Amino acid sequence: MSETSAVVLEATGVTRLFDVSRPWLQRVLVGEKRRHLRAVDDVSFAIPRGTTLALVGESGCGKSTVARLAVGLYGPSSGDIRFEGQALSAARSQAALRRRMNMIFQDPYASLNPRWRVRDIVAEPIRAFRLLSSAAEIDARVGELLTQVGLAAADGEKYPHEFSGGQRQRISIARALSSEPDFLVCDEPTSALDVSVQAQILNLMKELQQRLGLTYLFISHNLAVVRHMADRLGVMYLGRIVEMGPGEEVFRNPRHPYTRMLLEAIPDLDMVGVARTPVGGEVPSPINPPPGCPFHPRCKLANDRCRVEKPAHVRVGEVEVACHAVQEGRAEA
Amino acid sequence: MSLLDVQDLTVEFPTRRGVLRALDGVSFSIEAGEVLGVVGESGAGKSLTGAAIIGLLEPPGRVAGGRILLDGARIDDLPADRMRAIRGKQIGAIFQDPLTTLNPLYSIGRQLVETIQTHLRLSDRDARARAVKWLEDVGIPAARERIDAYPHEFSGGMRQRVVIALALCAEPRLVIADEPTTALDVSIQAQIIALLKNLAREHGTSVMLVTHDMGVIAETADRVAVMYAGRIAEIGPVREVVKHPAHPYSEGLMGSIPSLTHRVERLRQIDGAMPRLTAIPQGCAFNPRCEKVFDRCRVERPDLMEAGRSRAACWLYAAENAHV
Amino acid sequence: MLARFLDSDFVYSFRRSPVAVVSTLVVLACVVGAVGAPWLAPHNPFDLASLSLMDSLQPPVFMADGTAAHLLGTDDQGRDVLSAIMYGTQISLMIGFLAIIFALVVGITVGLVAGYMGGAVDALLMRVTDVQLTFPSILIALLVDGVARAVLPRDFHDRMQIYVLVFAIGIARWPQFARTVRGSTLVERGREYVMAAKVIGLSSPRIMASHILPNVLGPVLVIATLNLGLAILDEATLSFLGVGLPPTQPSLGTLIRIGNDFLFSGEWWVTIFPGVMLAVMVLSINLLGDWLRDALNPRLR
Repeated sequence: MSETSAVVLEATGVTRLFDVSRPWLQRVLVGEKRRHLRAVDDVSFAIPRGTTLALVGESGCGKSTVARLAVGLYGPSSGDIRFEGQALSAARSQAALRRRMNMIFQDPYASLNPRWRVRDIVAEPIRAFRLLSSAAEIDARVGELLTQVGLAAADGEKYPHEFSGGQRQRISIARALSSEPDFLVCDEPTSALDVSVQAQILNLMKELQQRLGLTYLFISHNLAVVRHMADRLGVMYLGRIVEMGPGEEVFRNPRHPYTRMLLEAIPDLDMVGVARTPVGGEVPSPINPPPGCPFHPRCKLANDRCRVEKPAHVRVGEVEVACHAVQEGRAEA
Repeated sequence: MSLLDVQDLTVEFPTRRGVLRALDGVSFSIEAGEVLGVVGESGAGKSLTGAAIIGLLEPPGRVAGGRILLDGARIDDLPADRMRAIRGKQIGAIFQDPLTTLNPLYSIGRQLVETIQTHLRLSDRDARARAVKWLEDVGIPAARERIDAYPHEFSGGMRQRVVIALALCAEPRLVIADEPTTALDVSIQAQIIALLKNLAREHGTSVMLVTHDMGVIAETADRVAVMYAGRIAEIGPVREVVKHPAHPYSEGLMGSIPSLTHRVERLRQIDGAMPRLTAIPQGCAFNPRCEKVFDRCRVERPDLMEAGRSRAACWLYAAENAHV
Repeated sequence: MLARFLDSDFVYSFRRSPVAVVSTLVVLACVVGAVGAPWLAPHNPFDLASLSLMDSLQPPVFMADGTAAHLLGTDDQGRDVLSAIMYGTQISLMIGFLAIIFALVVGITVGLVAGYMGGAVDALLMRVTDVQLTFPSILIALLVDGVARAVLPRDFHDRMQIYVLVFAIGIARWPQFARTVRGSTLVERGREYVMAAKVIGLSSPRIMASHILPNVLGPVLVIATLNLGLAILDEATLSFLGVGLPPTQPSLGTLIRIGNDFLFSGEWWVTIFPGVMLAVMVLSINLLGDWLRDALNPRLR
């Protein structure tokens, strides 16, 4: 058991199915089989200590499911997730290890219990893990945490509805930090916030990472935000990571046709007055994914092989890509 | 003469703790065929401005002052039935959630035909043919077959296309699009924005595009108005406002947006948050967060004044204009 | 804290609603009169020594033969009707309250567990509630009472009758609470604050009790208010049908039943006054419940 392994979280071949069958009686009457949604399909990654892995993708690509798998809210249907070198389920059964992972959520209005005072919200993990015992110590620690995220210690007396969205997200971060974790899963932490507040929260998260040596799994649909935060970046499409590598490399030199499409599709400040032809098509339903490469119906480079054979992950330089066209050298534009 | 002229628009919400002023002296105009972007953070009053123009303020909100002129004629004091006639025929509306605009009980064809016929004298057959044409124009595949489908049979992106068709099919002079792409995925957003822009240009329709997404504005709008705490902080050509923002708030806003093309260690941030309507500071509403604040900002409220090629509500530009 | 409460929107909308103010005053008057009956009532209708047949069937004070000693007249045994009503209201209210509390405890527990656990547990619990909802509550109450009479020895049953009624009425009314709580629980359990509690490894009972319960209590308490009126009516109906409380321990329903026999012989006051009392009290409780529902529903604001 290595207390300080270099890799904090490692996922190998993780797949997660959801049962989306209709209720039993209806299924029997209609004579229908069970139906499964493959939310996450053969996903592998490793997050080295003190770094940020960002996963980006459109809605339904499975990125939030990965976030929940990573903290053990869901178990994988197959594959293996290890936290600090131990199987995640085993790690989560020990308070000492469970304490070292926590999560920050998307919706600052739903992530704080509206009936609790802020100090109790922030203190909940401290009490759950019995990190401190006396009320005075807990109060002092809560005040310290609130100050650390840019609020005042006295704010602990208030209720969540007295705060703005950005302030609530700070409270959420204070709660996540109160168990003294070293691994944080951040599920779209700024997508419900206004841009100027988003900048405050992103800056805060980076500062905290440097100061406390935190490791982040950062989930977002916003490529610009991801570029700002990511050390490594994974692009997800229909449950699969289609391209993964060092963030700067993926942005500067996108290889997978989907990554390229995303980068082209996003309106950007530097594009004033630039006309461009957007890519057509929409994300197919994950219940009935297309055979072969899931992106082939929208892909300009698709050929017969793409329509039948699922591409494997292949290493190209520092980047791993799952695309036949890239492998065969057809992707060079 | 401008197509739409909003003069000193003030919107108030009476509450039991006193009257809240949600829009305070908002003035701008939209020329024929122009796309005006309106940006701001939540609560800045950008959606409210759109709602006031189409006469759909949620009670108890009310227009408490100022005038709204469409083609030189006042529309802010019209009775409800006259306003209803203007809505749709002269001003179209596109909202964030297409499901609130589409009637789930009618096929999209019926909704299109009805809208077309209320504004144009056309036979059922001609109106239907026109509806098919519109669906093709907004990029619905197999429009002829799908015209009798119901809203729930379309995906989110396709529904928003139908809403655009519905808003444009009466050939209005002005379309107010309130966060039309916010509920959509990024790859779909680009499609919808391009569509809206091209159709507006083709038909000479003016567009007021309300959004919090600066990137969308940058690519779509001709001019942009930046709103803060119920007032316009800055208005000007989009390139000017994006590249050389005059108002310190716009400057902070642009700096706080992470970029796709380059990476910075730390984003520029504006500390604090926009004030609630119950606690708008004296003087310039932005003064407690402003890095360039000076004495005058704390007592006197600035109106829009010349600031380079834009107009900004900021005392920094008062001295510059002193010789005028 | 108090000052903040008095300044809240809730108190503001209360003061602006005459119906809410009046019905609250009426309910308060009923509760004070009922709870304070031993001190406030002019006579003690249970004190056999003070009863005199000489006083029987006296009319109310405003009629020709009425006396100020018995403002609302007396019944056939010479009991003061006003005092009997005050004591009767006490019993009716007590049974109503206890029955609703019993139903709340059962309903909230079932609803929380079903909504939070989901799956087979949810399906099983909800089918039980569905089945029970298909029986009229009065029928269930009659059934419970019948079983109790058959099983318990006679004198023991009489002493236990109040609890039998509480159980009978409560068991008939919990499914509605269970459904409401389950519905709110389904919404709350998907919220991120519940997920945050799961991430740090809190147990399900602890999450249900400390996180979900406080957030689902609002709607169910409103329904409980509305059901309090119905529970009081249930009790009155059972007593009126003769399966409720005995005449030695009369509730409002018992009083109405006793008085019913005199309605056609002209002594209307023996039954009408308890009847009016019951109607006014239940109506006030219902109006208050309606107002509460509207005041706490953000969509109607």
